[in-house]
Amino acid sequence: MIRALVFLWLALVPQVVQAEEVFITVASTTSTQNSGLFGAILPRFTAETGISVRVVAVGTGQALRIARNGDADLLLVHHRASEDEFVAEGYGIERRDVMYNDFILVGPPADPADIRDAANAAEALGRIAQSGQPFISRGDDSGTHLKERELWAEAGIAPAGSWYLEAGAGMGTTLNLAVAKDAYVLTDRGTWITFGNKGGLVRLFSGDPAMFNPYGVVLLNPERFPHVKAEAARAFADWLVSDTGQAAISAFRIDGFQAFCPNADAVSETIRDRAACPVETD
Amino acid sequence: METLQQAWALVIGLDSALMQIIGLSLYVSLSATAIAALIGIPLGAVLAIWAFPMRGLLVVLATSMMALPPVVVGLSVYLLLSRAGPLGSFGLLFTPGAMIIAQTILIAPIILALTREAVLPLVRDYRQLLLSVDAGPWLKLTTLIRDARFGVMTAILAGFGRALAEVGAVLIVGGNINGVTRVMTTTIALETSKGNLELALALGLILITIAITINAAMHGLGRFGRRFEAKR
Repeated sequence: MIRALVFLWLALVPQVVQAEEVFITVASTTSTQNSGLFGAILPRFTAETGISVRVVAVGTGQALRIARNGDADLLLVHHRASEDEFVAEGYGIERRDVMYNDFILVGPPADPADIRDAANAAEALGRIAQSGQPFISRGDDSGTHLKERELWAEAGIAPAGSWYLEAGAGMGTTLNLAVAKDAYVLTDRGTWITFGNKGGLVRLFSGDPAMFNPYGVVLLNPERFPHVKAEAARAFADWLVSDTGQAAISAFRIDGFQAFCPNADAVSETIRDRAACPVETD
Repeated sequence: METLQQAWALVIGLDSALMQIIGLSLYVSLSATAIAALIGIPLGAVLAIWAFPMRGLLVVLATSMMALPPVVVGLSVYLLLSRAGPLGSFGLLFTPGAMIIAQTILIAPIILALTREAVLPLVRDYRQLLLSVDAGPWLKLTTLIRDARFGVMTAILAGFGRALAEVGAVLIVGGNINGVTRVMTTTIALETSKGNLELALALGLILITIAITINAAMHGLGRFGRRFEAKR
């Protein structure tokens, strides 16, 4: 029996022990990973440079904590204020714009809180609070959760009560919960387009500039974290904001929809094409 | 149903990504089970055979450790292996090695406690015999473990089952990195979070099928061994 097990184990070793390769670890968010963006653009970067990229996809709050401990070589997240703070505190040395899309409010198509024609996001949230219809919050310090709290603050509401449910989970789990409860929920557009269990929910409100969702790449401070692969990490950051990287992001489609709009400073207008981005989707 | 067929098509077609995930699952869990067995079996037998001060306390501690939530183990190992932690310089975080460490901590108490349970009755049965041949401690230990081998095998299988099914700890210390630390359970969690519920369920069925196959194989081997011994 033991011999058979040892044999099985030995047969598995080659699966794990790969040739020495140059790799970097990127702490990023579930929205970039689950949308399939990394799957689409990373092979190109690896083919060009020989550097493979290992993505740990968690909430923005957790990604920042991973980077603060020095457990990643690069950050790609979506909460501008936290990113700037990360740099100001000396953990990071440089933050650059990479791309953006937007947040949307989804909910039951009957729209009992009547948010479809709200003037802005704050008003939409105000109507949900007033109607007492269930609203599911991420409740996990993610970029989406932080944005949601900013929007509530803008509406002048401290959400509480039996209608306000905190999932304490990632975007997908929160959406699963919202589907089960027929509730309103704030989500990033990329996750929503790819989400496979929409149930009866539909996009009800979007387009307020306050729901802008920018992604930034942050390099870790090599003086603070001597072990980080600063050179390879910089190569990836440079590639993301280069014309090649920005074109790859721009070309990425989910079910025919453009999910992320490139907006690095250096990018040429033809790739940026602000007018067409973000496009309205279902 | 369609998704289920799709999942089976992946298996039958030996989809390379899925095969890699299954292979890593087995590699991590088998490695953890082997290390945990090397720790848990001798310790469990020692706790069954010899009385010494604080033995009761140790037994209670070991059995309580069976109730450790995987997330807590994962978090502890994460903090140990993080660059900011005491073992950070090894750079083990987000590697299969970190996952093996976490699972070993989770299942060693199970193997230890169940081994002790298996050896305990034999200690009573063999006391006179072992006394009469004046067996030394090493002979005692090896004899009792060998004679309790079917109970010990159950202990190993229980530990392996927990390791293979576990998701909380490996998700935290492995990071669920595609192609590097993604195993069956974290893939299931990921597909669930993407709303691909049928695919997640189908992957769960594949996982249980693998577990059944391995358990059946081990039981078959055990029976073959017994028959072989009887003939001899």
